[in-house]
Amino acid sequence: MSEAPHNGGEAFHTEDMTISMGPQHPSTHGVLRFIVKTDGEVMSEAIPDVGYLHRSIEKIGEKVTWHGYVPYTDRADYLAAMFTNQAFCMAAEKLAGIEVTRRGEFCRVIACELNRIASHLIAVGTFGQDIGAVTPFLHALRERETINNFMEEICGARLTYNYIRIGGVGYDILPETCARVTEFIDHFEPIVDEYNRLLSYNKIFVERLANVATITREDAFQYNIVGPNLRACGLKWDIRRDIPYSVYPELEFDIPVGAGEKGTLGDCYDRYIVRIREMEESCKILRQCLKMLPKGPAIAKVARKFKPPAGEVYVRVEAPRGDMGFYVVSDGSEYPYRVRIRTGSFTAMSLIDKISRGLMVADLIALIASLDVDAPEIDR
Amino acid sequence: MQQLVDQLIQEGNFPGVPKEIVYAAAMLLAAFAVLSFFVAPLAGVTSWLERRVWARMQSRVGPNRVGPQGILQWLADGIKNLLKEDIIPAAADKWLFSLAPYVVFVGFLATFVVIPFGSQLIVADLNIGILYLLAVTSLVVVGILMAGWASNNKWSLLGGMRSAAQIVSYEIPAGLAVLTIIFAAGTMSMQGIIKAQGWAPWDWLLFYNPFTFGAFFLYFTAALAEGNRTPFDIPEAESELVAGYVTEYSGMRFLFFFFAEWGNLYVIGAIATTLFLGGWQVPPIPWVTDQPVLLAILQFVVFFVKAYFWVFVAMWVRGTLPRVRVDQLMSLCWKYMVPLSFVCLLGTAGWMVLFPRGNRLASVGMFLVGVAILLQFAKRVRYQIRHARPELYWKPYI
Amino acid sequence: MEAKEIYARTERKFSGKVSGFQGDVVDPNFRVEAQAIVEVCRYLRDDPESNFEVLSDLTGLDLPKENKLQVVYHLYSYSKRHQIVLKVDLPRDNPHVSTMEGVWKVANWLEREVFDLFGVVFEGHSDLRRILLPEDWVGYPLRKDYVEQEEYDGISTQRAPLVEKLLR
Repeated sequence: MSEAPHNGGEAFHTEDMTISMGPQHPSTHGVLRFIVKTDGEVMSEAIPDVGYLHRSIEKIGEKVTWHGYVPYTDRADYLAAMFTNQAFCMAAEKLAGIEVTRRGEFCRVIACELNRIASHLIAVGTFGQDIGAVTPFLHALRERETINNFMEEICGARLTYNYIRIGGVGYDILPETCARVTEFIDHFEPIVDEYNRLLSYNKIFVERLANVATITREDAFQYNIVGPNLRACGLKWDIRRDIPYSVYPELEFDIPVGAGEKGTLGDCYDRYIVRIREMEESCKILRQCLKMLPKGPAIAKVARKFKPPAGEVYVRVEAPRGDMGFYVVSDGSEYPYRVRIRTGSFTAMSLIDKISRGLMVADLIALIASLDVDAPEIDR
Repeated sequence: MQQLVDQLIQEGNFPGVPKEIVYAAAMLLAAFAVLSFFVAPLAGVTSWLERRVWARMQSRVGPNRVGPQGILQWLADGIKNLLKEDIIPAAADKWLFSLAPYVVFVGFLATFVVIPFGSQLIVADLNIGILYLLAVTSLVVVGILMAGWASNNKWSLLGGMRSAAQIVSYEIPAGLAVLTIIFAAGTMSMQGIIKAQGWAPWDWLLFYNPFTFGAFFLYFTAALAEGNRTPFDIPEAESELVAGYVTEYSGMRFLFFFFAEWGNLYVIGAIATTLFLGGWQVPPIPWVTDQPVLLAILQFVVFFVKAYFWVFVAMWVRGTLPRVRVDQLMSLCWKYMVPLSFVCLLGTAGWMVLFPRGNRLASVGMFLVGVAILLQFAKRVRYQIRHARPELYWKPYI
Repeated sequence: MEAKEIYARTERKFSGKVSGFQGDVVDPNFRVEAQAIVEVCRYLRDDPESNFEVLSDLTGLDLPKENKLQVVYHLYSYSKRHQIVLKVDLPRDNPHVSTMEGVWKVANWLEREVFDLFGVVFEGHSDLRRILLPEDWVGYPLRKDYVEQEEYDGISTQRAPLVEKLLR
């Protein structure tokens, strides 16, 4: 690979090492494996090898009933379980023409935005940890503990919620929980400031991330990068605003977009800072929802044996890792005919091979962490 | 210490035994005493302190069960590791693999011979004391390379090579900063350097002139890099290389590497104190200076506190800063720190030509500058603490 | 643009190769012939009126009752905010279709997944091998007539009957 310049014309033969990063590895986000060809520091290629967490969730969809499949969707991305629940339930509702109650919609948005904050906390925290700053990760987990407690109050579980059901939500949100969530948001907004002071403007952190692994808008379209990764490339696209669903049209929030502040547009730093700003926006949404929460039933009347008419539908939801699409085909029976989960992390992984040529091993870590890939989403 | 042994021989305590054997036995005894009664508990308590400080900075508790406040945690860890199965990878080079931790350990332990804990409390006051220190700490590189190579693991090899490159590169700014002090003090012996300073802060070599002030920060940063501490802990970068050159090690051999690292923290602090902060110099309190034992204890305590403060700062830095990337590390060393250390060196040389016996006014001025910087820093810390609203963490609401 | 218009424009350009427009369902879609799918998609991507920038999804659908495998393409346009679904019908015993990799690079991984789980062979694909399942897996799981292999790497995949398990 390298030539010694003073050797009178004969190249000094060195070989690239082929190292396998993973599947057990303290850095990669879940069980991922990369086959890295490197000469010690600079990689010539990094091929992802996925499939270690494949649980055939799509095949299971054809064997269980519609209501019974909702807990399985939790596991498709356990860090953002509310969104997968919601996407599947929206698909079933669209097929059967069911309208969700108004209170149910608001409860859904509250639960989802809390989950978005929790997921972004993990994303930001593990990002800091992979770069070497371990303290923000634990501070993020501390905040996430409070959110997990709220989830436990709302639906009984801390990680895999099974909360959003077909027709609404499983349990109502009590007024005491609403009061506590408001207190939490008051406490949380200065904490985001703390992450900024500790991490975002830290010179070493910025040097590690600025101008590293830039994704251009053309690449983003070719590889179908979605979510905060796409917004970091400069495109102001958010499903909550552009293909609105639920009660998002009535809520006011801004969409943070990467602007290349510390490096080029679309580098790792932009992807990081977009997530931090999204947490602040979620706080705003939560405040509005808690104020506007109407009275009424939390779930519409849906038959126990749910049999939507035959048809197919593709539903998108703005999950923390991007546009989560559920393509659901029904043939009129009480089991879905086909459930297809299209996740943002799967397509983001397909980009890594192209972008990682010429990067250093440490930059590969930064790239994976900045794309916020998540093994359960990739492998399903 | 040599006088003490000579005195014992003259009193006829060792009839018929040649002098060299008595010397050798005395040295072994002294080394054993220092190792087991000072170094081992020191490294152990430093490891406990690091885990406590680390945890408190991350809103956790840290080890607090074994012994009062968990202070015997290192003893429990040591015993556990001694009882572990001795695993050597099948394809590893057995001799090098087993030998590597001890080479690293020797490189670190041999420094304790010249560390001046008090005016009489030094094992051997070599007149090339500081040069000996710099030379002996370089043995660590050999040990790390051995560990990385003998593990037969590509990740270990990467870690070992990165570490070797890092340590060797950062020897230069460290050595140049030390050379600045040698210029200012006029001698390489550790006790001599301390004697060239006074007990008051403005008599310390830290504030001698602006160049030694800069040399101190250069030395501390370079020493952190040599000790593989964050922000330069790339060889042990957990998230990148599993554990770098210690990946294949387990049990006591694993502990030896970290023993050397924590102990090295103290050595860094000790060298910083000796060279820049006046070592064991105490103010001349009349009723203490008359009694040698009390004086020795006071000097030991003063030295220990000063050195340990820098250990705490190193832990603080570790909990705060992210890691630098390898090429940024190298460029930091060669493009920024080496030229700056040359500037400090030449500046001090020029200063000494201008003011051969030092400039008291400049020293006091530098001291005031240092105090101003410290006050600014304290203001910033207070601002951060107030904005973090710690009262909300003490009283969680669920 | 309405789905009907998109279909009309496509049919004008590729008459005979597209058919079967369904407009009154939740997601309007139409059929495209297997040989023409790459050109149709390229046209839909490059035409400034339709401007479908991204391939949202590429997946398969097994319809054993009609004895065909369908490959479903969901296209989306950020600038025009419309979506269209294209379907390609393939025979179940020998499903071949050309790869979409030249039009959208994301098709590389998406097609590998369809190959892995349905057995559809994409001609011209640069690296067609299994992605989620191990390389030596036998069978295509998401087909409706899939029967799991008896053992994999020496480990049995069948569950012992309950009585035997209790007696053991």
